[in-house]
Amino acid sequence: MGALIELDGIVRAFGGLRALDGVSLSIAEGEIVALIGPNGAGKTTLVNVVTGVHQANAGSVRFRGEDITRLSPDRIARHGIGRTFQIVQPFPHMSVAENIAAGARFAGGASSLAEAQARARALAAEVGLGDAVDRRAETLTLAKRKRLELAKGLAMRPRLLLLDEVNAGLNASEIDEALTLIRAIAARGITIVVIEHLMKVVLAVATRIVVLHQGRVIADGAPDVVVRDRAVHEAYLGQRYAASLGKVS
Amino acid sequence: MRDWAILAAGVTLFALLPLLGGNYALRLGTIFAMYAVLALSWNIIGGLAGYPSFATAAFFGLGAYASAILAGKSVPMLLAWAAAGIVAATFAVVIGLAILHLKGHYFAIASLVLAEVLRELTNSFADLTGGGMGLNLPVLRWTVGQEAQFFFFAMLVLVALTMIAVLLLRRSTLGFALRCIQQNEDAAVMLGIGARGCKAVAFMLSAVFVGIAGAIYASWVHYIEPGDVFDVLYSVKPLVMVLIGGIGTLFGPVIGAAVFLLLEEAVWRSFLTIHAAVLGGLIVLLVLFLPDGMLGSRKARLVWRG
Repeated sequence: MGALIELDGIVRAFGGLRALDGVSLSIAEGEIVALIGPNGAGKTTLVNVVTGVHQANAGSVRFRGEDITRLSPDRIARHGIGRTFQIVQPFPHMSVAENIAAGARFAGGASSLAEAQARARALAAEVGLGDAVDRRAETLTLAKRKRLELAKGLAMRPRLLLLDEVNAGLNASEIDEALTLIRAIAARGITIVVIEHLMKVVLAVATRIVVLHQGRVIADGAPDVVVRDRAVHEAYLGQRYAASLGKVS
Repeated sequence: MRDWAILAAGVTLFALLPLLGGNYALRLGTIFAMYAVLALSWNIIGGLAGYPSFATAAFFGLGAYASAILAGKSVPMLLAWAAAGIVAATFAVVIGLAILHLKGHYFAIASLVLAEVLRELTNSFADLTGGGMGLNLPVLRWTVGQEAQFFFFAMLVLVALTMIAVLLLRRSTLGFALRCIQQNEDAAVMLGIGARGCKAVAFMLSAVFVGIAGAIYASWVHYIEPGDVFDVLYSVKPLVMVLIGGIGTLFGPVIGAAVFLLLEEAVWRSFLTIHAAVLGGLIVLLVLFLPDGMLGSRKARLVWRG
């Protein structure tokens, strides 16, 4: 299967700091890619470049064969790339249904507000927000706001969904529920990139792991291979994690 | 449906004013309708989209001058009014695309200087605008009473049109997009909302009726000069009216316009020399004790992002 998205030599600098220093990456349709790395590795910057929030200083992004490097964020969204934010970004004074409907109406192809609302209600039920559908988003708990982010992303009917730390701040049982949800999304045929610090989550869902360190890809491959990589241990996972796995290749 | 009924009833009742009062009542009614147009228009960009605009005076003055210049070239009055709306709307789109990427007080300041710039330009291009001498408009060969009635109904029609536009906008996809932008522009863009275009259209809608109001005002008073129609108070008053009535609400701006006008008249009569200070004090009290306005709820409260 051909690549859904291809990043080629992406560079993004903030002043003297090269947050992304020549990142090349190709993701095929149907993959669940975990993007991991220490704080400041450039993970969120990479998502921001893909979604058009930041412009790349060099390099290109191709999505379904089309160059989207210079497109504005809203056009990229309409092209089929959805994202959730690390810090949840609901429309606080709107209902859950309206929040989701926005995704359906503006990027998900719903032809009217009524159709968008109907889709939103169905999606809310799917992600477990069925009983909160008429509540204002600001009244939701963090776990439910994270679900709302997911539902908004799904309402866009994306081909590629970028999930930026959807599990941060959740407790163990909430994480399990989120995992189930991520698998359900993947089962719809949506390609997923998760940014994640919890290795438990990474190993539970990812079909591939990409490790970023100081703006570069230092490892890329199947989860069981990447977690045994020496460079990854030194940069991110630590020797203790390596010891727990036993042999290091 | 209920909103349409309220609108129809309100306009019908208001249209009966000439039967009840004299020319003074008509003058107040005309000013009230004009204020309501200004406040409703401001509420589109300020309340719905969340961009604190001080550009109302620029649109008002531009509309007034556009129609006055056209009237001087013997263009029929109604045509000149329509042209004034188009001029103000075009100006808003062009300027909007340039300054609507600014947020919070940065946008406020950028919009505030628009009227000043236009005033200076009007002063400079004296051949066309009369400069500081101002412009006279053709005097209509009507009686005082006929004229008072005519301009009252002209403003009434305009406020009804503004209200209809606002009602349609709130139910539209564009209105929904503007509410999303008001609450979280970054998230809105990520959901595929073309914020730049939406805001420019909102800015245009907040200008077109104000431009026509300026044009009607110019025809009504027969004489305009830069300091009068580009007065910064035309930018500040609508904002205060909307704050009084309830920001982001449908009928709040109309209620706010009425309350503001009554306060203005009452204070002006009672405190002739210090009326501006007294009015200012009253407004501070109103905003302090009714932070969400008379029709407002916390839900609709504006979030201005800096």
